[in-house]
Amino acid sequence: MSYRHRTTGKWVFLAPAIVLLSLIMLLPFGQTLATSFTDAQITALQTPANWVGLENYAYTLTDPYFGQALGRTLYFTVVSVGLEGILGVAVALLLNQQFWGRTVMRAIIILPWAVPTIVNAVAWRLIYHPEYGALNSALFQIGLIDGYHRWLSDSGLALNFVIMADVWKNFPLIAYVALAGLQTIPDDLLKAAAIEGAGAVRRFRAITLPWLIGPLMVVLILRTIEASRVFDIIYVMTKGGPADGTKTASFFVYQEYFSYLRSGSGAAYAVVIAAISGLMIIGYYIVARHQTKVAA
Amino acid sequence: MKRSLVQSIALYTGVLCLAAFTLAPLAWLVLMSVSSPDDLVQVPLNWWPARIDFSRYAALTDLDQEQGQRFLAALRNSLIAAGGATAIALIIAVPAAYAFARRGASMARLFGFLATIMMPPITYVLPLYHVFGAFGLLNSLITLIVVYAAMLLPFAIWLMKANLDVLPVEVELDAFMEGASTLYALRRVVLPIALPAIAATAILSFLVAWDEFFYALIFTSDLSAKTLPVAIADFSAGRVTDYGVIAALGVLATLPPAVLAILFQRFIVSGLVAGRVKG
Repeated sequence: MSYRHRTTGKWVFLAPAIVLLSLIMLLPFGQTLATSFTDAQITALQTPANWVGLENYAYTLTDPYFGQALGRTLYFTVVSVGLEGILGVAVALLLNQQFWGRTVMRAIIILPWAVPTIVNAVAWRLIYHPEYGALNSALFQIGLIDGYHRWLSDSGLALNFVIMADVWKNFPLIAYVALAGLQTIPDDLLKAAAIEGAGAVRRFRAITLPWLIGPLMVVLILRTIEASRVFDIIYVMTKGGPADGTKTASFFVYQEYFSYLRSGSGAAYAVVIAAISGLMIIGYYIVARHQTKVAA
Repeated sequence: MKRSLVQSIALYTGVLCLAAFTLAPLAWLVLMSVSSPDDLVQVPLNWWPARIDFSRYAALTDLDQEQGQRFLAALRNSLIAAGGATAIALIIAVPAAYAFARRGASMARLFGFLATIMMPPITYVLPLYHVFGAFGLLNSLITLIVVYAAMLLPFAIWLMKANLDVLPVEVELDAFMEGASTLYALRRVVLPIALPAIAATAILSFLVAWDEFFYALIFTSDLSAKTLPVAIADFSAGRVTDYGVIAALGVLATLPPAVLAILFQRFIVSGLVAGRVKG
């Protein structure tokens, strides 16, 4: 009896998962899509919503504030994930060396990852505190700054300080993925290259980096998808301010819904975000599938 | 390969920098939580507190104090929401993973599952909010458990499937040959050998649910359902004059995941790496 002949159970096994995901994600998303063509509002009076066709989209796609929010989201995502990638690979290269205390170091870098996102945001907000924060005090005592700064009060700079907090929490993930990749590089390959006269930089560029690029691509795209929906850390650190300087796309829609109570136009913004996310998810799918083929 | 002295110095400098970068924010959080309120408002700071003060931890774990009530209620809610969601997600994920690993359910469908959690929650949260509201289920732990279970499910299925793929099929086939039903084989043959994989999936799922903030912020409104992340955000947004309390809360909320992460490091790292590297 072949194993594959027992296929009758397949749908029974999958049914609970499909039902749960449909109820919690797919159907509500369909509802968002439907709402985006109306002028619905969140009111206690239950005013009936009117069909407005593409009006919300005409507004959404030309709204400069939403465009700016998307721009900030792009900036946050690219800089955060870029720094996490560079730092993660650098840390992995370091932890792949032989040194005293290596096991301990490999263990402790999981700690930032274990810190809950909200705690991370709160901790960094305290570190950046304009009067009693550790960053001001440390830089002042070392002599790098003459006076205390209000790090999160400059609308042009605040997002960078949020990024710094995000990088601290998320670099370990990339580091672990890169380290796992490094450990599969055959030693002989690097030794042979060294004997042939390739320096450290050359070996990194010709052997190590190409070897890592596959697994790194997958994890970096996943981080990109995660980072582009950033909300929690913004909510706690800056509430989108100052002067909208840290208002990212998710936060923008959150306010449209829960501050301005406009569910119709909010839904149109949400659908635009979903479309962009959809493109990234397809990108992930293509890269991940390619990776599986290479690995197999 | 032998290292020169310069290389050794560079290496250990790098290691020290990494240790400082990783640990300094955490160390500062712990120090703040045990410094006296006076020490915390010095300009510039006294880095080492004049005396170690554990009173905030005492207050936060004392049910007779307002702070204690808020923290302990949030802790209870977080444990129930994350624990309940993990249990439900696993109960649904194990058979689904079995269908993908052993019954040839298509990988495209598996990817469809994964794609659902990659969608930003903001794109479907408002209709959910209305539905739960209509059923009187806002500010309820049941709501959080169900939503979290859905959030955890795709990754749990994926991780379980990857783990079932490498288990030998022969024992199962033997059981079938002897006339075992699929359900019996799943319970008595597959589950026992998959136990480490299930444990790893459970720990990771629990940590993800423990960390969740967005749904909890929108779906809960008071002590009966607010989870720790929401409670911490409240504390930090409120008019708390003593930053040490917020730091102590942060330390307490970090302890469970940090302990799990250190204890089950190998499980977790391999789970994370597997979940993110393979397609």
